[in-house]
Amino acid sequence: MNAYLGVDIGSISTKGVIIDDSNHILASSYIWTQGNPMKAVKTLMHNLEKQIDKKKIHIIGVGTTGSARKLIGTMLNANVIKNEITAHAVGTLSLYPNVKTIFEIGGQDSKIILIEDGIVVDYAMNTLCAAGTGAFLSSQASRLGVDVEDFGKIALTSKNPTKIAARCTVFAESDLVHKVQMGYQKEDIIAGLCKSVVSNYLNNVGKGKKIKAPIIFQGGVSKNIGVKKAFEEEVGCEVIVDENGHLMGALGVALLAKKSPIKTNFQFSIADDNFETKGIECHKCSNHCEIICVSRNKQLIDAWGNRCSNGDLMNR
Amino acid sequence: MKPERIISFPHLGDYYIPIKFLLNKLTKLKVIESPPITKKTIELGSKYSPDFVCVPFKYNLGNFIETLENGANVLIQAGGGCRYGYYSEVQEKILKDLGYHFEFYTLVNSNRITPRSFYQTLKKIDPKISTFKMIYYSFLTILMIRYMDNIDDFIRKNIGFETKKNSFLDLKKEMLDSYTKCKGYLSLTKRYFYYKKRFKQLEINKPKDCLKVGIIGELYTSMEPFSSYFLEKELASMNIEIKRFTNVSYLLYQKSLQRRKNLRYIEKYCKYTIGADGMDNIYRAKYLIDQGYDGIIHIKPFGCTPEIGAIPIIRKVCQDGKMPIIYFSFDSQTSETGIKTRLEAFYDMLQIRKG
Repeated sequence: MNAYLGVDIGSISTKGVIIDDSNHILASSYIWTQGNPMKAVKTLMHNLEKQIDKKKIHIIGVGTTGSARKLIGTMLNANVIKNEITAHAVGTLSLYPNVKTIFEIGGQDSKIILIEDGIVVDYAMNTLCAAGTGAFLSSQASRLGVDVEDFGKIALTSKNPTKIAARCTVFAESDLVHKVQMGYQKEDIIAGLCKSVVSNYLNNVGKGKKIKAPIIFQGGVSKNIGVKKAFEEEVGCEVIVDENGHLMGALGVALLAKKSPIKTNFQFSIADDNFETKGIECHKCSNHCEIICVSRNKQLIDAWGNRCSNGDLMNR
Repeated sequence: MKPERIISFPHLGDYYIPIKFLLNKLTKLKVIESPPITKKTIELGSKYSPDFVCVPFKYNLGNFIETLENGANVLIQAGGGCRYGYYSEVQEKILKDLGYHFEFYTLVNSNRITPRSFYQTLKKIDPKISTFKMIYYSFLTILMIRYMDNIDDFIRKNIGFETKKNSFLDLKKEMLDSYTKCKGYLSLTKRYFYYKKRFKQLEINKPKDCLKVGIIGELYTSMEPFSSYFLEKELASMNIEIKRFTNVSYLLYQKSLQRRKNLRYIEKYCKYTIGADGMDNIYRAKYLIDQGYDGIIHIKPFGCTPEIGAIPIIRKVCQDGKMPIIYFSFDSQTSETGIKTRLEAFYDMLQIRKG
């Protein structure tokens, strides 16, 4: 049986799925990246390998997405390397063909994707500001001494959410400290934080966009039920959170790998190979490009980061 | 004996070639161009610039510092209808504070360039310039710029489909080299038509229904490829036909000629000019929609006020015309990865829409 692997390597978490020809998920895994995408992918491969019958299933397509897509794409010899916006749209559309709006809040960035008749018509991505992302929530959770996983539940117990300045992480944080010292209840502050994430998102990423139902909310922060509730209050309609919402990017890129005319021969043994990356600075002109070299078992397989042909290490 | 006067100017795409040509023909001064823009240029520029100034200021300042280090002691700066109008004074002050010794001349004093002000400034630089020579070579240079821009338009339409890698850019380089050697109107025009023919002969593999994207926005980021992280090159590598309006020909004479016509075209959205190229970009957005383009990319330096004023109107124009558009703001700190990701997604979106 033919199967396709999709890997989504974000800043915080690494996700992988294996699908068959009829788009059923055969195996999936969700682990923390912990600042080491290569190691995370190796662990991911071991996890996925255990879930399937290797004798029956042949992986003929590999796709990668997420911020480390290029590095991992090189490592896994992927036939599709796609940006996360397209991957999320494709993945979500395969499960919810009539979705109109996708909210996605991840660890380091957040995006909004607008869809009309199954086609992406507009999107926006916030890469400048950390307010309203998972990283912000988890740092505030540790400041308040709560597990970020419990954040949503605690937020729901609040009857009177505190207002927290949402414009910017730094302002939000100092406002939060101030409110804590004033004696506000912890659950009210947590509920206020969830609200501030939502209003920040809608004011920054969703600015000027026409948000229409059905709305799907995904990314790590979608697991936070408090943020989901705050979204519903703000947009005035139901916001769907899929139980596989965290896998949408990986699923989307697996589907794209399936569609691609190029096929690849993938073996799980790749996880046991020795991959290394090395950053070198090119001194051939004053651009001083930082070139990343990826080697497999001490052999250079790819290099990138050069602006001109002087730094082209591969064709030399 | 006074030291030799060496004149220099900041970079803007390939336009250093006609500027250098003009200065060489007119003045007795030695002309050097600033070293090509690299990461070091922008690092130097940002280091000595106010943090929130728009990014062209930083590039220009970096150019000035590098060229001063190479021995230049006469600098020229232009100016324009936005913050650009204050560049020269502030840059002169910053450079003087850094301890450099030089003369500084501004070509555009009040908002727009007139032949008279241009003449007066040149006379100040070199009093021996003959009036006849100045008129003769100024128009020759304008013609050269016009020819360059015409060819650039052709290149942007076709470079994404070249069958032999770099064939367009190699020929362009050859053409620009040849332009610098021309003597008069006839020899320039001959060269233009010769190269135009050769460009048309270059082999391309262009499908009829290729993606067509228009680039609109602020002038410096449009014309200086380094400042937009080689956006056009990136688009060409995705096999996209590119239309860009802003070039020096446009700024020199087309802009003022077209103003009334353009305003009438967009009277539903905008009734008067809104500074720099703001109104022009609203016109362009509408024009691109009416011409059946597939997408628009709007670029500007971070904090560019005229464009910030134009964006809400452009957004409305694009909503009405159902036109996909993305906005990029460039600064010295912009993450290249962020731009690439969004550009890729934009490409995918256009591709899927086209079906």
